Amino acid sequence: MIPYRGWKAIPIGGLITTPGSTRENPTGGWRTYRPVWSEEKCKHCMICFIYCPDSSIQVADGKMTGIDLDFCKGCGICAKECPFGALEMKLDAECKL
Amino acid sequence: MGKRMALTGNDAGAYAFKHANADVAAAFPITPQTELMHKFAEFVADGDVDTELILVESEHSAMSACVGSAAGGARTFTATAANGFALMWEIVYIAASCRLPIVMAVVNRALSGPINIHNDHSDSMGGRDSGWIQLYSENSQEAYDNILQCFRIAEHPDVLLPALATLDGFVLSHTVEAVEILDDDVAAKFVGKYKPHFSLLDIDNPVTVGPLDLQDYYFEHKRQQVDAMEKAFPVIKAIGKEFGDLTGRYYSYYDEYKLEDAEAVVIALGSAAGTTKAVVDELRAEGQKVGMIKLRMFRPFPYLELRSLLKNFRAVGIMDRCISFGGYGGPVFNETRSALYGLPNPPVVSNFLYGLGGRDISTHQIREIFETVQKSAQHEPQNLIHYVGVRE
Repeated sequence: MIPYRGWKAIPIGGLITTPGSTRENPTGGWRTYRPVWSEEKCKHCMICFIYCPDSSIQVADGKMTGIDLDFCKGCGICAKECPFGALEMKLDAECKL
Repeated sequence: MGKRMALTGNDAGAYAFKHANADVAAAFPITPQTELMHKFAEFVADGDVDTELILVESEHSAMSACVGSAAGGARTFTATAANGFALMWEIVYIAASCRLPIVMAVVNRALSGPINIHNDHSDSMGGRDSGWIQLYSENSQEAYDNILQCFRIAEHPDVLLPALATLDGFVLSHTVEAVEILDDDVAAKFVGKYKPHFSLLDIDNPVTVGPLDLQDYYFEHKRQQVDAMEKAFPVIKAIGKEFGDLTGRYYSYYDEYKLEDAEAVVIALGSAAGTTKAVVDELRAEGQKVGMIKLRMFRPFPYLELRSLLKNFRAVGIMDRCISFGGYGGPVFNETRSALYGLPNPPVVSNFLYGLGGRDISTHQIREIFETVQKSAQHEPQNLIHYVGVRE
């Protein structure tokens, strides 16, 4: 949680002057459903990576490693596009944190 | 210095924009502003300015292009009137809240409907809460002078707000007057080089402009706009003085005309101020103690100064060329009268709504206004709102 600052302390006009500030403001809380990833079924084809509109597919060394739930909005595009059924949408509230 | 030329108000405005030599202009034609941008387009075609002129398909797009341009760090202007201003509406607010020092000439015209192309102040007065600085011009000389000063005021680092200068449609925009135009080098030196506060094109200092701003910070950004308006007061005064030292034509928040020992005072803005001065001269020659205040700056509104000035008079008449349906009187009346609240012996303030849709205001009618104001000093009137020249 970033402490709120007063009007004299912030850049004018709503300017954001620090690049990458999105990282400080997780938006995954907007989600109703979340994609649940099956590592066994995944072939690391990267189709989900290409389709994800929020860059929430985590990748290391050319392989999928998970989903960034801080930013995933639960749109379900990855699950729809996955040719191997490796992603399944589940109610967020029913998933373990 | 400078040279005197026979110019319409629109041409005078175009010369001011030529002298500002903005990087970008975006505009759409609308009567009575069309000739202003027409003349400016000649300057562009002749290579007299470096301005990139963007011809857009509407005023909404004109102001949108201005916002993009100004966010890219470019000195930017536009010009419009009436329904064009109304169509810009959404982006007019965005320009101010993004703190983009765009300059706009508003060639005042009545808002439809019924459709009317002639002068009143409904268009710019409607924008009074949008966060733009507003300067009103009595004549074409002032239109030229105000537009030039708008660039300095808007771009001042303490201010960084968009600014508009008005000129009355047809009464000024299409009327030829002698106007003194500064020499190119003198004007260029006065306006100066623009150093933007930020620029989207500055890759070494990346910024995001106009992001989502919700319950947590929106209010703080509005408070900053209030602060910028307050800081505009000394800036407008200082630049008005600097311009006066350069040209002999001094500017401030308002002009006082024959106020000494005056008992009845009228406040007017725009071209009617000139007619009112003529009436003050006539009445003074007849021995009547009358004077006038020409309001130049409506945003920010000089409430403290007017409060201090007007407390000396017994009766004040406010001329409004704009109507606020369902409100109590016009915008200048509202704000002036509010500024006087709480004075121990405030003057009686009456409102005279006049000239809507370009209806002429005559010296005869202004004499009647002064008569009514003088009477109000003697007997508290029952009715404070008057409609000048409306047929019953």
